[in-house]
Amino acid sequence: MDMKEKMPLMPVTPIPAPSAAIAAESHREGPPTTEPRNPRDLDGDGQFDEGVPMVDVSHQPNLKTAEDPGLDTGREAKMSADSVSVFYGDKQALKDVSIKIYDDLVTAFIGPSGCGKSTFLRCLNRMNDTIPSARVSGRIVLDGEDITSSNMDVVQLRARVGMVFQKPNPFPKSIFENVAYGPRIHGLAQSKSELEEIVEKSLKRAGLWDEVKDRLPESGTALSGGQQQRLCIARAIAVDPEVILMDEPCSALDPIATAKIEELIHELRGRYAIAIVTHNMQQAARVSQRTAFFHLGEMVEYGKTSNMFTNPRAQRTQDYITGRYG
Amino acid sequence: MSTAAPTRWTEAAMHKRVRRRYASERLFRLVGLAAVSISVLFLAFLLYTMAAKGLGGFVHYEAALPIDFTKSDLFLDPATLRGPDAQQNVAAADLEGAISKAAVTAYGPAAAEMFGDGAVSTLTKAIVGNPDMLNGRTTLWLPVGSKIDIAAKDEGDDKAELLVNAARSKHALRRTFNLPFLTSSDSTDPSSAGVWGALKGSFLTIIVTMLLAFPVGVLAAVYLEEFAPRNRWTDAIEVSINNLAAVPSIIFGLLGLAVFLNIMNLPRSAPLVGGLTLALMTMPVIVIAGRNAIKTVPPSIRDAALGVGASKMQVTFHHVLPLALPGIMTGTIIGLARALGETAPLLMIGMRAFIAAPPGGFTQPATVLPVQIFLWSDEVDRGFVEKTSAAIIVLLLFMLLMNGLAIYLRNRFERRW
Repeated sequence: MDMKEKMPLMPVTPIPAPSAAIAAESHREGPPTTEPRNPRDLDGDGQFDEGVPMVDVSHQPNLKTAEDPGLDTGREAKMSADSVSVFYGDKQALKDVSIKIYDDLVTAFIGPSGCGKSTFLRCLNRMNDTIPSARVSGRIVLDGEDITSSNMDVVQLRARVGMVFQKPNPFPKSIFENVAYGPRIHGLAQSKSELEEIVEKSLKRAGLWDEVKDRLPESGTALSGGQQQRLCIARAIAVDPEVILMDEPCSALDPIATAKIEELIHELRGRYAIAIVTHNMQQAARVSQRTAFFHLGEMVEYGKTSNMFTNPRAQRTQDYITGRYG
Repeated sequence: MSTAAPTRWTEAAMHKRVRRRYASERLFRLVGLAAVSISVLFLAFLLYTMAAKGLGGFVHYEAALPIDFTKSDLFLDPATLRGPDAQQNVAAADLEGAISKAAVTAYGPAAAEMFGDGAVSTLTKAIVGNPDMLNGRTTLWLPVGSKIDIAAKDEGDDKAELLVNAARSKHALRRTFNLPFLTSSDSTDPSSAGVWGALKGSFLTIIVTMLLAFPVGVLAAVYLEEFAPRNRWTDAIEVSINNLAAVPSIIFGLLGLAVFLNIMNLPRSAPLVGGLTLALMTMPVIVIAGRNAIKTVPPSIRDAALGVGASKMQVTFHHVLPLALPGIMTGTIIGLARALGETAPLLMIGMRAFIAAPPGGFTQPATVLPVQIFLWSDEVDRGFVEKTSAAIIVLLLFMLLMNGLAIYLRNRFERRW
């Protein structure tokens, strides 16, 4: 039963170029070196050679699903994506990505720039709808409901699946208004006092309350970068979402502000399903329980974060994690 | 192939090259400075001529005129002048004749036409204000006629000069602020012609223009930028709007004439039609400025609003538009200032008529300041020369005031992010 489900997810095996096959053969017979030679570097000059597939995936196990025996079985996924592909015009940015996101877990998407991890994240609350040339195929389910269908109310979806962006982007309004905006447009508060309660609760959860409680009427843009990002998190949780997507939330912040955000992610974990895109592998290791590695639009490997960083199964993952590229 | 020689930074040729670079930089700076100086010079010249010629329009001369009402032929009973019909009763009397007679008595036979229409209206006001005056003899300061006024300003003919000198020797001539210039309307007599009617016409016209062009222009800009799909149709609309902004204004006047007057039968010469015509002209400018302003709103703000579940409409009206508003307002100011100074299209729709009363409403006949200036500049009477310059000063001040207000509003709405 389980296998049948996984079958369509098997990667399409690229036919290796003949020269590559021969080279790979000779590589196997070559003298053993302490450092494994990169299979893409056929002539050994330290440069990747054109036209050679990054990794010969034909003999590799299917890594795109949770491989660890028993990992996450019997759990109901909060969101699950099933062979999601994204095209920007003619260019395919994401190839058949399938992944599950769980409550109480932080799922990190790592990978080099342009690998499609942000694109995938933006599929989860249909932010790609705003790009006219973007086309999404596949199925993404939130609590059993297909969010890619045209019946799905995007406005409600984006309230249920909140988002925090790479660059802190508070509205150029007061701190209070920033947090109150979401509840107000969704009609979550019946009275002014109720709204104030929501704002206070959200700011408290975002760990910002003590710093801003005396300056709520001040502009949100007057805060420091790290405070702005926590304000954005408060704004996202003010509408009581079920999932929070974070797109490199710390890339514009200094280490201290980053540490605060990471601490915050830990605290928020029990309440929301969180998916975070990050460039920083240490950050992924610190904050997440599940990690997915993306490369060139494919999801190469998905599994427990601890396993991923100590014992990656795919060559590409290992190369990336050990800093060989990316 | 030989490898390139290493760069010699200390060589003479290199020094020369550096010197040449500095020289060209100095030259560029000089040329720029010259350009700015020339424009400043032109502006100073313009302001100077206008002030020199126009400031005289804001003052006029008054001469003292002793009038013995008991000897005049005015058949006015002070008792009839206490009712509400006072103004009418006084107007019916031959005040002009009385003034003329008194002037001849005081300054000799040449003074029969020393005072003009302005003196009549001043005297009317004086009598209505104090009817008992009619029972005796008083001396009143009355504005002199246009010819005498020019002579008093050292530019008149010999006959008028003599009168002026005679009055001066008796200390019976004084210079005062020409309030009627700001409070009365057009007149065939330059001494009593004023800009109030034209100013009010301009004001009413610009209000119609603003009420129409601003919302339509902004909404068009918002729709085209935020909601419209990108296809051949929207491209065609974009090109058309850009072309419209460059169409000569008189063409809009012809359009106004054909559509608003001939087809829709709206009243001729009215601020309503003028405003409609100018709105057509201003709208493309506002659309273009609005689209540019909307484009400069950072996408991160749109993302942020979409991210909390705002609908497209909410994103646009809660976030994008308020942030784009300062830019839109700048475009609107430019468009309205241009409309305010526009003459050609208004000539086509009949706003060049001679209108002696200020417009009472949007559908009353009116003229506007630039058209008034155009009309006065065409007048034969020498008295209109300084009136023309004075009206130009009023127009410039009016524009300055409007732009100042708009800039103040823009700065108030400006928000940083």
